[in-house]
This record gives sequence, C-alpha cells and structure tokens, in this order.
Amino acid sequence: MPAVTQIVRLTVNGDLREVGVPMHFTLLEALRYGLGLTGSKQGCDKGDCGACTVILDGRPTLSCITPVFEAEGHAIVTVEGLADVEGPHPLQDAFDLHGAAQCGFCTPGILCSAAVLLEKTTSPSRTEIKEALSGNLCRCTGYSKIYDAVASAGQRLQVEAQLGESGR
Amino acid sequence: MLRLPPFSYHKPSSVAEATGLMDQYAEEAMYVAGGTDLIPNMKHRLFEPTHLIALKSVTELSGIREENGDLRIGSAETLAEVAGHPEVQKLFPALADAAGHVAGPQLRNAGTIGGNLCLDTRCTYYNQTSFWRGALGYCLKKDGTVCHVTNVGKKCVAAHSADTPPVLMTLGAMVTLAGPDGERRLPIEEFFITDGIYNTRRTPVEIVTEIRIPLGAASRRQAYAKLRQRKSIDFPLLTVAVSADIEGNGTVQSINGVVTALGARPRALSGWDDLAVGGTLDADMIDELAERAHEQCHPLENLIVDADWRRAMVPVYVRRVLEKLRIT
Repeated sequence: MPAVTQIVRLTVNGDLREVGVPMHFTLLEALRYGLGLTGSKQGCDKGDCGACTVILDGRPTLSCITPVFEAEGHAIVTVEGLADVEGPHPLQDAFDLHGAAQCGFCTPGILCSAAVLLEKTTSPSRTEIKEALSGNLCRCTGYSKIYDAVASAGQRLQVEAQLGESGR
Repeated sequence: MLRLPPFSYHKPSSVAEATGLMDQYAEEAMYVAGGTDLIPNMKHRLFEPTHLIALKSVTELSGIREENGDLRIGSAETLAEVAGHPEVQKLFPALADAAGHVAGPQLRNAGTIGGNLCLDTRCTYYNQTSFWRGALGYCLKKDGTVCHVTNVGKKCVAAHSADTPPVLMTLGAMVTLAGPDGERRLPIEEFFITDGIYNTRRTPVEIVTEIRIPLGAASRRQAYAKLRQRKSIDFPLLTVAVSADIEGNGTVQSINGVVTALGARPRALSGWDDLAVGGTLDADMIDELAERAHEQCHPLENLIVDADWRRAMVPVYVRRVLEKLRIT
C-alpha cells in the first residue's frame, strides 16, 4: 500500500504551493481539500459536466480526472485566479450584467473555458463561443445569456485594447 | 463524489523505463496517458491498479511528422493536437474531423490518439458505479457471470466506442506496439478483436507508441460522421467512416467503409466492391451501398439508446458520408 500522503508542488494562479495529498488524489481534490480553493466545482466527478474545469498550461482541463501528480510542473489557473487586484475579470462583470449565472454551479468552469477562448480572440463568433463552451453543461440558463455575456466581455476587451488601457 | 482507489503514480521519461516499470509491477500496474477513459473507469472500480505508469512525459510518444512514406503520429499526441494539426487536416481531413469531434474540448485537450485506440468498450451495464453494478449482481465484463444484454451466452457484447479507429481503418493505418520484449507493428484492422471484455490485441504490458498512415492514402476521398445524443461530450451511438479512390471521370476504383459503436470491434463493411467498383457514386449507388451496410449491422441493447433506432440510422449515416465523398 502506498504511503498515505506525499508533497506535491503546484503552480496555482501564479503562486507556488506545496501540499500534502494522497498520491491518488485528483487535481480537483488537491485544489479543494488541500489548498482550500473551492471555486472549482465537483459536479459529476467523472469528466462529463465541466464544472471542475481549470486552465492547465493555457488549455481548459478537467481537474476531476487529472491525477494531481500529473499537474506538477504545469501552470494552473483556477476561477480564483481570473480576477486581479484591480477588480473582476471582464467575463465576471459581463456574467453579472447579463444574468448569465443562475444557480452558479457551472459558472467557474464556464469562466475558465471562456477565458481561454478570449485569450485567442476577443471577437469570437457565436459558433466559436458555442464550441468553446461545448464541454460545460449548464442546467439552468439555456446558455443564451452565457453566450451573450462572453461576446460582450470580448467586446469590452477589444475596446480596452483600442484605448490602450486596462479600464478595470 | 467519486473517489479513486489508492495507487502510486509513476512518471517515466522513456518507453524503456515505462515497460521496465510494467515488468516490475506486472498485474498491479496499468499505463495511463490522458486518463479520460481510465480515471472515470477507476472511479467506477472497473479497474483498481495500485500502480499507474503515466505516459504523458515520454517524449518518444509525441510528434506528428512524415517519415518513410507514412504520416507518423505519436500515440501521446492529444486529440486536440491531432485535430488541429495542419498536416493531418491537409492529408487526412476525415481523421482531423473524427479527432475534433471526440467528446468535448477539455477531454480532447487531455485524451490522446493512442488512448482512443485503447479505449475500453462501453455498455449500459458496465459504465456504472460499483453500487449500481452490484445491485444487479454485476455483469460478465466485470465481477459477474451474466450478460444483462443478451441474458444468455458467455460473450461480452460491450460496444467499441472510439471515433478515430474507423477512419484509420479506411486509410490502411498501422499501429506500433512496444513491450518488454521489443516492438511489433500490425495493421489497425487486426488490432481489434470481437471480445467485449478486452477488445484489442495489445497485451497489458505493451504500449501503443505510434500510428502510421501511408501517405499514399491521402489521395483517397474521405468522410466521417457520427450519431450521438448531444453534439458534444457524449460517446458515439454510431460512427461511420468511408474512403474511396475515385477517378477524374467519376469512376470508383476502390471504396471502403467502417462502422462502429455497434459491437465490440469496428466493422469493416463487406460487399461494397461488387456494387461500386467500376461504377459512379450516384444516388442509386449510394442507396444500394447504404442498404448493403444496413443488412450487416445488428446492434444489441448495449447502449442506453434503442438498438432498433441505432440500426435504422446506419443507412442514414452511410448515405450522409457517401454524399460527402461525392462533393469533396
């Protein structure tokens, strides 16, 4: 039987964090129960629903099926890392303004998937938004307001880029 | 909440080191690449290895390049990388299409093409929690003696559910396996067998290291389509891949089709040559080919969706992919 816990070194939201975890923990379990970062949600817990989505080396990744030691040495961004000291991420403001969250359980994962999309393009088409969010299930909203919010956050980022200032 | 059973996690950096670890831990160990199939299955207690040998850090298993007349795809390339690779898109658009439609975006970022080949078969009575399976007395594939699909017989009928193998079969791809005793290579159609419990010729100690597609196959017209409940996330209920060599004047020189997600291995459709070779792929011929496909597909109630409907959709999807061949 393997040792009970091991130290894993994770780069989370720009910080290097060390945490003792059982070797068979998933990244999601290490984030939530080791580091107290409970923003990433434990939904289906088997890689279907997307509520646990975090950004691993710039790619949306399901933390509930990622063994924690696989994440060692990679850059992890969780929903807690999207905002900066100046204020919320434009996506978070847009979700607020558009009423894009109802129960909110899928929101952290959707924000992570959408943030990666907006890194690639700030003017995604409706189809591109749908494709980028096609691995995230929402059972409340019907998605329309979510798509609207992502498009509007993209527009704000474009305007900010044109003005050459952060604006946040 | 679904907890994983305890295991030690090993991250070898070479194929030799990985097979060495497998030699050492033998039955207690399993290989894992993207983990998108194995980890959920472990959470369901379908596998309980106490050692996981991770292949993602093995650099020999990555890389997509032309080599000795083949396009060589390293097995640890993710499905997203395969789908987005310019050379794959140019030479083998049906493969890019199939890889790009596996599950959802996050799963394609983690899941690998080698893992897609080794995907465990799926069944309503198998892909469930231990509690669920136990309530029914387990099944033939895992922990039990009865098949709840057929109720008779000792043959597991769980469905092969991967998207890329049918396309690779229509393109004549080869699979390279590495084990403690060295390497071997076999045509992909020989890689799969009709045993739902374990449906490949890969032995548990072997690693799929690469997939090789002959560059000559790039001149073939190719198409792929799949049926599933949602357009994302879900496993296929039916997948159809076709490729054909069609002359400038429209004469079919050769044609082949493969369907899967019905039985334990992808099925190469038979009897198409007699109907199509030497003729042209017009509406009548497409109907005949679709009907020939329909005659040979008999899915069982192994997935959650009605088998009769899945069977009825076979000619519909065969027609769709053949129409695509005509216009590409």
